[in-house]
Amino acid sequence: MTKKYSKLEAINLDAYYGDFHALKGINIAMEEKAVTAFIGPSGCGKSTFLRTFNRMNDYIDGFRIEGQILLDGRDIYEKDIRVDELRKEVGMVFQKPNPFPKSIYENVVYGLKIQGIKDKKILQEACETSLQQAAIWDEVKDKLDKSALALSGGQQQRLCIARALAIQPSVILMDEPASALDPISSAKIEELIYDLKKDYTIVIVTHNMQQAGRVSDHTAFFYMGELVEYAKTKTMFTSPKDTRTQNYITGRFG
Amino acid sequence: MRVQEKIIEGLLWLSAAITILITVSIIWVLLSESVKFFSEVSIVRFLTEKEWTPLFAEKKFGIMPLVAGTFLTTVIAIAVALPIGLTIAIYLNEYAHARFKTFIKPLLEVLATIPTVVYGFFALTVVTPFLQSFIPGLAGFNALSAGIVMGIMIIPMISSLSEDAISAVPRSLREAAYGMGSTRLQTAFGVMVPAASSGILVSVILAISRAVGETMIVAIAAGQQPRLTLNPLVPIETITTYIVQVSLGDVPHGSLEYRTIFAAGMTLFVFTFLLNNLSFWIKKKYQEKYD
Repeated sequence: MTKKYSKLEAINLDAYYGDFHALKGINIAMEEKAVTAFIGPSGCGKSTFLRTFNRMNDYIDGFRIEGQILLDGRDIYEKDIRVDELRKEVGMVFQKPNPFPKSIYENVVYGLKIQGIKDKKILQEACETSLQQAAIWDEVKDKLDKSALALSGGQQQRLCIARALAIQPSVILMDEPASALDPISSAKIEELIYDLKKDYTIVIVTHNMQQAGRVSDHTAFFYMGELVEYAKTKTMFTSPKDTRTQNYITGRFG
Repeated sequence: MRVQEKIIEGLLWLSAAITILITVSIIWVLLSESVKFFSEVSIVRFLTEKEWTPLFAEKKFGIMPLVAGTFLTTVIAIAVALPIGLTIAIYLNEYAHARFKTFIKPLLEVLATIPTVVYGFFALTVVTPFLQSFIPGLAGFNALSAGIVMGIMIIPMISSLSEDAISAVPRSLREAAYGMGSTRLQTAFGVMVPAASSGILVSVILAISRAVGETMIVAIAAGQQPRLTLNPLVPIETITTYIVQVSLGDVPHGSLEYRTIFAAGMTLFVFTFLLNNLSFWIKKKYQEKYD
């Protein structure tokens, strides 16, 4: 099967928080089973943009968008789209690890349980598979019934990734997933991202230039709500076209 | 300047001290009068006898009928207030717009500002006749309508405290639930309510404590017949109602009959004291979970 070059697309996307114009005329297409990184200074709109792909901004008063977001060619802001169904297809990992105050097992199977799956065998298998995919199985296999809150920050974040994987999405959005973690945990998450792109389309927001360089295939640079430059990561980091990109990558601002 | 500071400090200390002093002396009066009561009526009799007839010729001093009456009205009140209060809390938190919430929350608190005597008459003159239209056996004074109206009165207490507890759950947990494809309902019941359960429990305990001590509504609408029953359709008497009845009557001071109200008051105090401490303890034990 050939890879789709437009698993996720934004077409003429504008976003507003009340009067504030947060995203301006964004056009982008992201490749399937690859890692796309969004970089840019704080407040440039990259997180807002990421959250339009699973409609996480819907609950913010005064937020609205114009234009289209397409997942597999389908506009996810159309009226007949069910947001909860969409989010089973587009999983998310947040900046701060946010496991539920439940056991490790309950955390991983949460997404399956709310879909009405009750078969213990299916749940247990899904739990093990997801934890293995998230490279945390060996650390937690003996304490699945212990509270997830007892894990370290890095383990919690991998648990959250396992939780997202359990519902078998095709896209995973990651909002600075390693920024709250120590360097070793952070490196583990990066390795994990690298492994996961075999099966998943990953979009990651990061502040960390080296991280973007290491894990991503494509990089998009945002500045003041605009998509300034979008290219293969290697190309962008070696020969950026726009001076703003160059300034940001070389650390002159941000 | 320094003298002024000292005076102010002294005044502040005094007002704190007076509050404590008053509390202590209330407990002292309750205790000393109760001790006199229990020197004449044994505590075993007080706790095990099945009738409460201290004002009759043949005196019985079993507190159980009064406790049963209090228990019954309280259970009915909580059965009304908990589902409604919790539903309101969840609605305000998960569904309502921020603007609607700022408008409706103070409005709900108005329920708590209605004088309880008004609630009492509402129970007696509106709710009871209404219930009688489809519950034929319902007496004019009964635990049911008093309990229901008491429940309405404590709805804002439960909804407000539960709402606070739910909104204290970190936003990240709600986002996690939504991010997994939860509907609003699944988010509310699967994640937010369990995460806020200690706060909700505290709100319920405080509401129980309020219902146990409530006087006016039950005095007006529930009757004055101490009866060891869990039947909500007949007249009963609560601990508080009994105290009102004797306080307003012409029982001579210092008599055994008079002292019964202190024993009853002590019982009531023990209940509310335990409940309040329980809620305090739960709050302390589970509060730090998310810090």
